[in-house]
Amino acid sequence: MMEKSRRSFLRVAGIAAIGLGVSPAMNFASSDSNGAAVAVKGKNEQALIAKRWGMVIDTSKLNKEINEKMIEACHKAHNVPDFNHEVDKGKYPKTRPVNHKQEIKWIWEEHFPYAFPDKEDEFLAEKFHDLPFLVTCNHCKNAPCVQACPTKATFKREDGIVIMDFHRCIGCRFCMAACPYGSRSFNFRDPRPFIAETNPDFPTRSKGVVEKCNLCAERLSKGELPHCVEASEGAIVVGDLENPESEVRVILKEQYAIRRNEALGTEPSVYYIM
Amino acid sequence: MNKNMIITGLIIFVLAVLSPFWFNIITTIEAAPKPELLGNAKEEKKCVLEKYDMRANHPSLLDEWRDSVVRDSDRQYKAANGHTFEMSLSTGKNSCLGCHEDKAKFCDSCHTYASVDPYCWECHTNPKEIK
Repeated sequence: MMEKSRRSFLRVAGIAAIGLGVSPAMNFASSDSNGAAVAVKGKNEQALIAKRWGMVIDTSKLNKEINEKMIEACHKAHNVPDFNHEVDKGKYPKTRPVNHKQEIKWIWEEHFPYAFPDKEDEFLAEKFHDLPFLVTCNHCKNAPCVQACPTKATFKREDGIVIMDFHRCIGCRFCMAACPYGSRSFNFRDPRPFIAETNPDFPTRSKGVVEKCNLCAERLSKGELPHCVEASEGAIVVGDLENPESEVRVILKEQYAIRRNEALGTEPSVYYIM
Repeated sequence: MNKNMIITGLIIFVLAVLSPFWFNIITTIEAAPKPELLGNAKEEKKCVLEKYDMRANHPSLLDEWRDSVVRDSDRQYKAANGHTFEMSLSTGKNSCLGCHEDKAKFCDSCHTYASVDPYCWECHTNPKEIK
């Protein structure tokens, strides 16, 4: 008959405990060595990369014509609906009349007092009275919309772009209330009837989601510059704000530039050379 | 008398309870449609995952892809079989629809059969459907 002493019991238990502790490491080592191929996700080789994307707009180069060109390039490429577009009744027979207050915009013209309300001045330089500024999402360093979003549909990418995951947006519009720049628009209705020519390279949105400028993340990933920059004839430059040698930093070093509503502490990444 | 009543009652009850089976015996069951490989997909003979894995797991794969593209800005997927794909549903030659050109015969036939209604196409566009 075998008698188990306390000593032998403890010895066995101790060995067992060591075995348990070692086994995950053994598993890890063995799985690594016979390494079945694993899928890898990565960036395109041509992708443009920055630590924090920023934009410099030279207001002296803006005029109505160029602005419209930029706005059209952006809105066309991103399938932004235009509610002045005549709906094809054959394709969309049940379209309700349009409420023009429900406009959707990614980049648009704004006059000085609205673009820079904190810089209001009785004796404002004359050229700014009529100049249509171009405004868009500021991709703030300290973005209030990101903090407001309850589903993390709006978030800040590692490279500083404030971007949306439309799949996740529940349409609560907290972000719209939080954004002090009015950069966000809500889809009160299905936008498709109001898109003249759908660009197959970018999705449309559905009813009930918010949308805004994404700094052409889809183009940066292919090594191309944003649509507005391409159409701007040199008025807009994008680059890495964290890199002192980048084009935007070189410009900012030499010229005085302001940002919209700096006092709010949102740290916008869009600069305006005055 | 009571005994007969109970037995007929039981028979009716059993018949009624098993009615779905009778219904299936009477009606013919359509077999699940096979996704048709047409055009590029037929020639290429390589997909992101193995056939059966793809059938079972394509929704979670797409979910993973979306997070990777939107959140991490990683758009290239080097699959375990060594081929590289663009993580995109419908843009470009190397995306899902770029290869599986016929959405109706590749996506919709199965989805309709299984009565699932994914809302992908409320936003994503089928390049073939844009005139």
